[in-house]
Amino acid sequence: MTRKTTTALAAAAAACALLAAGCGSGFEDNTASTPQSSGPAKLQIMIGSSGEAETKAVQEAAEKWAQATGNSATVVPAQDMAQQLGQAFAGDSPPDVFYVEAGRFADYASVGALEPYASKISDPEGFYDSLRATFTYNGTYYCVPKDFSTLGLVINDELWKKAGLSESDVPTTWEELTSVSKKLKDAGITPLVIGDTRDRLGAFMKQAGGWIISQDGKQATADSQENLQALQYVQGLLKDGLAVYPSAVDAGWGGEAFGKGKAAMTIEGNWIKGAMKADYPDVKYSVHELPAGPAGKGTLSFTQCWGIAAKSKYKEQAISFVEAMTTVDQQMAFARAFGVMPSRKAAGEAYVKEFPEDAAFVKGAEYAQGPVNAPKMESVLADFDTSLQKLKDGDPKQILARLQENTQSALGG
Amino acid sequence: MADATLTRGRLSGARGAARRGGRRRSVRDAENVAGWLFVAPALIIIGLFVLLPILMALWVSITAWNGQGSPFTSSVEVVGLENYTRLFTEPGLAREDFMTSLRNNIYYVITVVPLQTALALGLAMIVNARLLKGKTFFRTAFYFPSVTSSVAISVVFLFIFANTGVINQLLGMFGVQGPAWFSDSRGVLHLLLSGLGIADIDNPPAALTEGGPFGLSWWEWLSGPSVAMCSIIALVVWTTSGTFMLMFLAALQNVPVSLEEAAMLDGANRWQRFKNVTLPALRPTLFLVLTLGLIGTWQVFDQIYVMSQGNPAKTTLTPAYLSYRTAFRDFDYGSGAAISFVLFLIIVVFTLLQRLLLRERGGRS
Repeated sequence: MTRKTTTALAAAAAACALLAAGCGSGFEDNTASTPQSSGPAKLQIMIGSSGEAETKAVQEAAEKWAQATGNSATVVPAQDMAQQLGQAFAGDSPPDVFYVEAGRFADYASVGALEPYASKISDPEGFYDSLRATFTYNGTYYCVPKDFSTLGLVINDELWKKAGLSESDVPTTWEELTSVSKKLKDAGITPLVIGDTRDRLGAFMKQAGGWIISQDGKQATADSQENLQALQYVQGLLKDGLAVYPSAVDAGWGGEAFGKGKAAMTIEGNWIKGAMKADYPDVKYSVHELPAGPAGKGTLSFTQCWGIAAKSKYKEQAISFVEAMTTVDQQMAFARAFGVMPSRKAAGEAYVKEFPEDAAFVKGAEYAQGPVNAPKMESVLADFDTSLQKLKDGDPKQILARLQENTQSALGG
Repeated sequence: MADATLTRGRLSGARGAARRGGRRRSVRDAENVAGWLFVAPALIIIGLFVLLPILMALWVSITAWNGQGSPFTSSVEVVGLENYTRLFTEPGLAREDFMTSLRNNIYYVITVVPLQTALALGLAMIVNARLLKGKTFFRTAFYFPSVTSSVAISVVFLFIFANTGVINQLLGMFGVQGPAWFSDSRGVLHLLLSGLGIADIDNPPAALTEGGPFGLSWWEWLSGPSVAMCSIIALVVWTTSGTFMLMFLAALQNVPVSLEEAAMLDGANRWQRFKNVTLPALRPTLFLVLTLGLIGTWQVFDQIYVMSQGNPAKTTLTPAYLSYRTAFRDFDYGSGAAISFVLFLIIVVFTLLQRLLLRERGGRS
């Protein structure tokens, strides 16, 4: 009996050792730098598509590039971009080109997954400064932004009129926002619905002159006086019933509540256009710049960049591909196809001409703050969002102190 | 023929062993080799797809692997038990999140397991009753939720529990203002304590908020499942009771009718018969159902992933979901793997504990 058990154990151990050894030899990789392969490239492009329209537009553009350069390009829309990319990196077979979410950028850059190619693209300075700052890690500008969105103040024209307000009442400062909200509330209309996350409320922090981390992304600056002022202002709106979170009016996000006419204003990005067109085509609305705070105008930008894998075998071709995708003409084509805003300053003017109703969103690019671009911040920011959900009855000072502490430990470690 | 060979082999082997001790082994070896050959396919498959991945994950859990390339290269930093100690001894967000998820899951387990077991047993008794008409219909109806995809059911429940959904409209008919289920992070126990006037939910007693084990205050530990978690509990109880009903049903049908009749003759009433005849006969099944329930509830993931992603205010965060989020969202694969191993240990401990409690006293264990 014992002998058999020993044999079995020995056999199992031997099998494991064999398997591990077999795999192990394949695991040792040459991490130094993946050399350029010669010959025509077979580019793998993974995109986190917003829908059918985007997938098709990118596929067409890739096809055009492939024919012009004699390479081939396969565009794969991902179901769950973060997870699929994570698996691809772990499996040492990342796609050559892929979308990188601004909020995740630092995670990828810090572990060396991205090729810092941005300076090889023609006119790399031609992108909006705030977007370039978003894709800069440790002083290196890694990848060029694909397109972007900013937050704007979206107003329901009908409810606006119903409360006796006119075009000139559109708030441009915090004080005006408060007073106009009071008027709306007196008319029996919920004034403002706003998402309960840092991606919306963070705009107030920016308007007050604060932000979660310093410009270089190395210091935590969460517990500043400016941030406190911003949260206190928002808390005041919530307490007085001048602003509500979407969940309080039975909506998943601001756009839904706004489309259903549950509030006269919301703060959302230009993606609200598509949602309004598809779900609430009869609602008349207009978009304005966010009201300025004590430190002037401020909004948040959301963007993705064209990432190139550090382990790609076809970096030259990948750069040429990204070059083709970020020309002014191509960016305008994308804008027409699926409603994104071009990231090149040169395309901005043409865009406003074609889509005048988006002027407020484009203007935001000049003073927008990108997402927090430091690695390991995801769970810290998720925790901050949790606190923000309870902001109405919470203590802003404590919320910020907690964010400060968590950010410091994430940046330090 | 084979028998004869074997016998001869053994005999000669015995003789040989007395002299040299060599030949017997060679025949036995041949048998062993044949045996190993027969089980080899199963062993290889289990080793390759079960044992090896577990060992690999165990390795990952003691490294700081960031998901770039293979975790089995020399460049991957080994951090020893740090991923584990961070979950228990170091104050910080990681420990707080983990402890919150543990708290949520404990309340989830102690609510779901008894409820689903009781419900399953009750349903099984009903469809097993000899007088019931349309038995097949009821059996199918009760079993139906179990065979439907959990993702589909989760989405349906999102609608049912929406602020203006069916549940709240039903409550409204009785004049009750239903909560905003999926955005309500208040703990049920907190609400109860508040309702009874023992502790105010908006102003909890300082004695409870000031200290507590593992970075959470006593007040937080005592929250009970949140309102949002309750809707997930309702969903899970409803979907799983069908499967367990089937197990109880099979066991009930094995309880001899004569036993029950004998009890009836002895003058036992309905409750006595259930308690002293049926329930003891169901003991092995009860153990099975409780064990499966315990394992399933500690591993709850898909409902959380589809319905709440840990929100509101982390009150539906569970270790399984936290492990996924830590690994695939934060690229902290080491911590993610460590969480899953702690979860594994918890399940083993609870199962053993329950085995100890349910063992037949005086009889074979």
